[in-house]
Amino acid sequence: MTVLASIDLQTLGDAFGQGAIYALMAVGIGLVFGVLRLVNFAYGQLIMAGAYTLAYTSGWPVVASIVACFAVVVALSLAMDRLVFRPLRSSSPAVMLVTTFAVSFLLQSVALIVDLRDGTLGQVASSVAPLNQAIKVGGVDVRKVTFVAVAVALVALAALALVLTRTTIGLHTRAAASDFRTARLLGVRANRVIAFAVVVSGLLAAAVAVLLTVQNPFVQPTFALEDTIIVLVGVVVGGIDRLWTATLGGFAIGFVSVLVNAALPTDKTVFLPSVVYALVIIVLLLRPAGLFAWGRRAAMERV
Amino acid sequence: MGTQGCDGAGLRLPLGALVELLGPALLVVVVGLVTTTASPSNKIYFLNALVSVAIVVAIYVFVGISGVLSFGQISFVAVGAFAAGVMAVPVVSKKGVLTSIFPLLRDHSVGNVTSLLLAAALGGVFAFVVGIPLMRLSGLAAGIATFAVLEITHNVLREWTKIGPGATTLALVPETTGALQATVGALVAIAVAFLYQRSRRGRLLRASREDPAVARSVGVNIHLERLLAFTVSGALAGFAGGLYVHLLGSITTEQVYLELTFLTLAMLVIGGLTSLWGAVVGALAVSGLDSFLSQAESGIHLGFKLTLPQGTRLVFLSAIMALVLILRPSGLTGGREFRLPWSK
Repeated sequence: MTVLASIDLQTLGDAFGQGAIYALMAVGIGLVFGVLRLVNFAYGQLIMAGAYTLAYTSGWPVVASIVACFAVVVALSLAMDRLVFRPLRSSSPAVMLVTTFAVSFLLQSVALIVDLRDGTLGQVASSVAPLNQAIKVGGVDVRKVTFVAVAVALVALAALALVLTRTTIGLHTRAAASDFRTARLLGVRANRVIAFAVVVSGLLAAAVAVLLTVQNPFVQPTFALEDTIIVLVGVVVGGIDRLWTATLGGFAIGFVSVLVNAALPTDKTVFLPSVVYALVIIVLLLRPAGLFAWGRRAAMERV
Repeated sequence: MGTQGCDGAGLRLPLGALVELLGPALLVVVVGLVTTTASPSNKIYFLNALVSVAIVVAIYVFVGISGVLSFGQISFVAVGAFAAGVMAVPVVSKKGVLTSIFPLLRDHSVGNVTSLLLAAALGGVFAFVVGIPLMRLSGLAAGIATFAVLEITHNVLREWTKIGPGATTLALVPETTGALQATVGALVAIAVAFLYQRSRRGRLLRASREDPAVARSVGVNIHLERLLAFTVSGALAGFAGGLYVHLLGSITTEQVYLELTFLTLAMLVIGGLTSLWGAVVGALAVSGLDSFLSQAESGIHLGFKLTLPQGTRLVFLSAIMALVLILRPSGLTGGREFRLPWSK
C-alpha cells in the first residue's frame, strides 16, 4: 500500500486520460483484428497521418482542420485495406504482420520526405493546443484534454456498443468476428463488414490523432509509434480475441504505466519500461489467453 | 504455419541432404569472395549482408523451425554485441570510455575469437533462462512476451552503466569482422542451423510446428524442444551480435533494437519463413536491395545513370518489401530448402 500512498489525484487523472486514449486505439486495432485476424502494426501511422494533417491545416478554422484530419485518416485506412489487407486475406498471420511492418515503415519514410520539404524535422499542430490548459478541480490541476479524452472515449465506446448490438451491420460484424467462414456461409457480406470495421477503426485513429496532438503538438514521422506498440502489447495482454477484453487491456496498460511511473523513486524512473514489461510477462504467463478473458476460451495458435 | 519445409516421407540420399547445406553455404562463400574484390567504400555493404545472414539464420532456428513468432531474438544479438564489445576494448582504453563499469570488467580484455565465443555463450545462457518460463506460451502471447524481453534488455543495457556504456556509444572495439570473419561467421551459423534441423530434435520440433496435437500424442515434449531451439537460436544470435560489433567498431543500444528486429524478421519472411535457404536468400536479397538503393541515391550506372531522389531509399525498400509479401506470401524460396534444378 506504500506504493499507492505516493499516487495523488492528479496522477490518477493523468492515468485515466492516458488509459482512455489507449482504449480508443485498442478498439481500432481490435476491430480490424476481429474481422481480418490481422494485427495492424501500421495503425500508429494512421494516427501520424492525422496529426500531420492537423499540423498542415493549422491556419484553418479548428473545425475544418479536424474534419480534414478525419477525412485523410479514413481515406488512408480504406486505401490500406484495399491495397494491402485484401490481397493478404488468405495469408498466414506472420506474413500479414510483417507486411504491416513494411507499410508502417513506408508511411514513416513518406512522412519524413514530406516533413523535410521545409528543411526542418517536425511540424507543430497548434490549432487544438488550448485544450492542453489546466483547470482546477478540487484543488488539483487537471488538463482539459484529460476530460475530453475520457469523454470522447466513453461516447465513442457507447456509440460503438450501440451500433454493434442494435444494427444489422453491427450484428454481421460480431458474427464475422467470432467465425468469419460460417458468417459468410450464412450470408454476411465479407467486404461490407470489413469496410465497416476499417472505417470505424479509421475514425477512432483520427480521434486519437486529435487527442494526442493536444498533448504533444510537435508532430514527427515517429508520432504515435511508441504508443501503438504499447497498445498492441496491452491488447494482447487484455485478450485480443474479444473486443471488450482488448479495449480493457489497452486502458489498463495506459493506466498502469502512469501509476507505475508515479510510484517509482525519481532516480529509478528510467527503468519504467522494465517494470511494465516484467508485469506484461507475468500476466501472460499466468493468463496466456488474456487478463480479462474469463471462461473456457483457450489461447489458440494465431501467429 | 502454412507452407511445408519438410522433406517427403521417402528415403533420401545423404547427397540430397548435403545439397541443402551446400546451396546456402556456396552462396555465402561467393558473396564473401566478392567482398574481397569490392572497393573499400562498397565493402561495408557486403560485410553487413553477411552479418545479416548470421542474424537471420539465428532467428530462423527458433521462429522458422518452431513456428512460434518471436520478437525477442535481437535481445540476444544485443547481449552478444555488448558482451563481445565491452570485453574486446583494450584495457588501456577502457578506463576512459567505460567510466562506471564493474572493476572486474574494466580490468580485463579478451581477444577476438574469445569475445565471439563469450557472446555466443552469454546469448545461449540468457535465452535458456528466459526460455524456461516463456516457452510455455504460443501464438500472439509468445510474440508479445518475447517482445517484452527485448524491451527489458534494451532498457537495462541502456540505463545500467555498470555493465556497459549505457546510452552512450561503445567505441574503440577492434574492427576484426572483415571478409574472412564475416564469411566464416555466416557459414558457422548456417552449419549449426543445418545440423540442428537435420537432427532428431530438430525434426521433432518441426513436427510440432506442423501439428502440435499429433506431435504431443506421439510423445514430443513441445516445451522442451522449443526451449532447446530457443537456446541454440540465442547462442547463434549472441555470436552474430559479436560479429556485428566487430564489424561496426562502435555501437549504441539503438542499433540492436526495434529497427533491427523488424528488418531481420522481414528478411526471414521475405526469403521464406520455413527454410534455412529462405533465411539466407531473404537476408542477402533485402541487404542487396538496400545497398543498391543507397547507391542509387547518389547515382548509379546501369547503362544509363539512375539517380533516386534523396531520402527515397526507405520508401522504395519498404514498398518493395510489402509488394513481395503481397505477391509471394510464402517468400522468395516458397519456404523450401535449396535443391538442384534437375532434382524433382
